[in-house]
Amino acid sequence: MASDLFESPDYYQIDDLLSEEHKLVRNATRDWVKKEVSPIIEDYAQRAAFPDQLIKGLAEVGAFGPYIPEEYGGAGLDQISYGLMMQEIERGDSGVRSTCSVQSSLVMFPIYAYGSEEQKRKFLPKLASGEFLGSFGLTEPNFGSNPGGMITNYKDMGDHYVLNGAKMWISNAPFCDVAVVWAKNEEGRIHGLIVERGMEGFTTPETHNKWSLRASATGELVFDNVKVPKENLLPGRSGLGAPLSCLDSARYGIAWGALGAAMDCYDTALRYSKERLQFGKPIAGFQLQQKKLAEMITEITKAQLMVWRLGTLKNEGKATTAQISMAKRNSVEIALKIAREARQMLGGMGITGEYSIMRHMMNLESVVTYEGTHDIHLLITGADITGIQAFK
Amino acid sequence: MKVLVCISHVPDTTSKINFTADNSAFDKNGVQFVINPYDEFGLTRAIWLKEKKGASVTVLNVGGNETEPTLRKALAIGADNAIRVDAEPSDAFFVAKQIAAVAQEGGYDLIIAGRESIDYNGGQVPGMVAALLNWPFVNACVGMDGEGPEFNFTREIDGGKEKLSASLPLVIGGQKGLVEESDLRIPNMRGIMQARTKPLEVKAAVDAETKTSVGSFSKPAPKSAVKMIDAENVSELVQLLHDEAKVI
Repeated sequence: MASDLFESPDYYQIDDLLSEEHKLVRNATRDWVKKEVSPIIEDYAQRAAFPDQLIKGLAEVGAFGPYIPEEYGGAGLDQISYGLMMQEIERGDSGVRSTCSVQSSLVMFPIYAYGSEEQKRKFLPKLASGEFLGSFGLTEPNFGSNPGGMITNYKDMGDHYVLNGAKMWISNAPFCDVAVVWAKNEEGRIHGLIVERGMEGFTTPETHNKWSLRASATGELVFDNVKVPKENLLPGRSGLGAPLSCLDSARYGIAWGALGAAMDCYDTALRYSKERLQFGKPIAGFQLQQKKLAEMITEITKAQLMVWRLGTLKNEGKATTAQISMAKRNSVEIALKIAREARQMLGGMGITGEYSIMRHMMNLESVVTYEGTHDIHLLITGADITGIQAFK
Repeated sequence: MKVLVCISHVPDTTSKINFTADNSAFDKNGVQFVINPYDEFGLTRAIWLKEKKGASVTVLNVGGNETEPTLRKALAIGADNAIRVDAEPSDAFFVAKQIAAVAQEGGYDLIIAGRESIDYNGGQVPGMVAALLNWPFVNACVGMDGEGPEFNFTREIDGGKEKLSASLPLVIGGQKGLVEESDLRIPNMRGIMQARTKPLEVKAAVDAETKTSVGSFSKPAPKSAVKMIDAENVSELVQLLHDEAKVI
């Protein structure tokens, strides 16, 4: 694969909206991605192998729980820093970013927000250091966009719970050490349980033959009469709102992350089009190519402003679920369009693994589906502005 | 051991270089700045001295407040504290005088600077600092070992390497080899957070002359067109090399 020459677009001097610390966070993450991810990622994606050597580096750079307080092993950074990290990591690969999103927003966040002090002390430092890898079990084979219908359940056996059911499309599942699993109690109320590797009856079969997120491991979480100690129940919150709040945090990261993938595709297409000669001049000199590039940078710039504003709202504790939905949907949509246009600009070269574009494009097909599908996010916006739900 | 690492704030190597309208100064508009790469090797080596021998590491820059993000990055990488001498670094002598004053006042044992900065490439400052302090100077240093106060050094010289030893206090002009590129540290998020609270002291400059002044800058002439000659046509190639390029 060609060396990573990425330069980030900043058409509206959005850097002026960032603090020096934000820029340091972003540049450090970018340097790490260029050093550790870019040289190897194409090979792992082609072989559909998980680059588990990156776990240690992701932990060292601080990509697991950057906004979790330092006393629990995080870095205590703000939400814009978290977003910038996700942007840079997904600029490298959506699969690697997915691993970080799951670890930070779907495993560390619920334990931090809803866990007992004992749970926080037991799990968060090990998740931050990468000693433990986590997964998040919400989606089931028959309950994707409608998670409230889940059938995974647990029964109170006096001194422990017994968990039954199955979760599907779970990032990190095949090698997770802990899983935050959402299941219904006997009254049908959703609670979070921390399930640990090695508990009898807990298995994690891998999902094979994905054409997307090939450098990320996906699988199932299967619970066959798993005995879960009572102290592993997250005591702080119950109901569907609890897992959905985790998704808010993860979707926020995706809004930044998908933009990173878009920037990489744009940057690649821009550089290629200035070098590639046809009819005696660079293809960047032809109107149809300029149209593509001009539309790309316009959409990237709009999305940069959107996620920056969303990050500011999130820092102030004011970002709503619907606002996060809009940004997630927008970033992924523009990223997919940019990836497809950029791929065309590179012609046949865009098909090969010499360039990152087609890998991004295939990855984004997962990103547009997971953490709330493209259509569901539209309906969240629709419900928010009309006051009328149209989900069912 | 107290180590003082000199940090130049220089344009990123991918920057497009332009000058102000009268060609008297570098145009900083839209340019990203980084730690001078030669200094970064020295900084990493200093962090090793901190980790292995308990040295304290101070980073120093002579410049305006726009250089503070560069010093914060050095703090995030692991330096203990930073000093900025608040002055325009007008020439090498002026800067060397400032560094020597800080070194004397702070009681440092070891000064590590890059052999040169990649912006103006003067390569004068560390030698001048050593002269002003009357300390030994190891320039183009590509290796360092020993327990101190005496250290063994390896220097890169034309066509080979020179081994020498010197005792603290001394000045090193560092480059790749002092540590390798793969040893350079990327700041992590925890380091960035810690850098927030590490001390960054701003000092007034001491009196010093500026001994040189810049006339003007100019860019290299653009590359001329390439002449393609048929691979079989050696005589034309020889004639052009002789008559036009005048290299044979």
